[in-house]
Amino acid sequence: MPTTSVTVVETPLVTTLLALADDALILGHRTSEWTGHAPLLEEELALANIALDLIGQARALYQAAGELTGHSEDELAYLRDPPAFRNALIMELPNGDFAFTIARLFFVSVASDHRWRSGLAEPALSAVAEKALKETAYHIRHAAEWLIRLGDGTAESHRRAQEAVETLWPYTGEITEARAAWLRAVTPVLDRATLRQPNDGWMQSGGRAGRHTEHLGHLLVEMQALPRTFPGATW
Amino acid sequence: MTEDALLAQAQSVVAAVTDPELPPLTIEDLGILRGVHVRNGIVEVLITPTYSGCPAMREIADSITAALGDAGIEQVRVRHVLTPAWTTDWLTDTARIKLMDLGIVPPEPGGGPEVLFNRTRLACPRCHSLDTEQISAFGSTACKALHRCLDCREPFEAFKCH
Repeated sequence: MPTTSVTVVETPLVTTLLALADDALILGHRTSEWTGHAPLLEEELALANIALDLIGQARALYQAAGELTGHSEDELAYLRDPPAFRNALIMELPNGDFAFTIARLFFVSVASDHRWRSGLAEPALSAVAEKALKETAYHIRHAAEWLIRLGDGTAESHRRAQEAVETLWPYTGEITEARAAWLRAVTPVLDRATLRQPNDGWMQSGGRAGRHTEHLGHLLVEMQALPRTFPGATW
Repeated sequence: MTEDALLAQAQSVVAAVTDPELPPLTIEDLGILRGVHVRNGIVEVLITPTYSGCPAMREIADSITAALGDAGIEQVRVRHVLTPAWTTDWLTDTARIKLMDLGIVPPEPGGGPEVLFNRTRLACPRCHSLDTEQISAFGSTACKALHRCLDCREPFEAFKCH
């Protein structure tokens, strides 16, 4: 069967770069879905800006992976099938309500901050990490402040924020390489938001190995439709 | 033309290229221009993005090629560099003055990710009041934040510290 898909030969370094790139691209795409739907204009601009940061980080990482594999950044983003994506499952979950989007952005950004800090010492990552670290600081602040406003806000915003935290918690195991450090940053914000911190229990995983939720396929169909339908199209 | 003469000409042409989102400022004022070299008759220009996803990078690269082309320099290569990462410390004094004239407050240190709900109060670029507040850390472009003056009621932008 003819296919537009590419197959990437992955060394451990390529897998590492793709995991980080896919995390940034998929969360960037999800975040960009708020454009035109955000609850207020300033938030619309903020989420679009954050999406832009994430997609920019993804591009730099795909370029780095591309130098090792001979694939262009567009091929890596648009022409891989769902099982070839290495992103953590938390990135691909649908946006849900605003509380869910914000809680996810907070959990992921705190984990990213740690990942970029350790990336500073890795030659293949240091340039991207140095840049991403500055951007991530803004993402953490933005998400943390909103989580506090929502958790410590009205009864309804509190309920929605609490639900988001509980739904997301089992997905945070896959993004935290240093759980204790992550909790040290997350717990004070949840406390200040008057949100109950779930206990660590069984954690979802599989994204890094290409075992995804059904949501990733739907996301990719929309994101990849144009380059798949018109291979090589430029505009 | 000798390589030295070519380099000098290329440097002065490239340094005058302006930023598409802040036209009164040049890419040199903003610290986006990281270097101009000549190798084997080819002019190589190094630029760095202010933010990873800065959508202006392509337009800046095109402007550089076009400006050099207008000066009769056709052999051009524009390269993006990520490291060292761009910082607002590279804004020149000229850039800071031009930003103020545009009603955009130049960057001031804002604290790390752990500093919540506690922003530096910026002076309003119009009435100079210190009674101002931040509306959002994310403004019309990735490099700016949105503030408002509580005295003259005018909104204004501030260049984010990065």
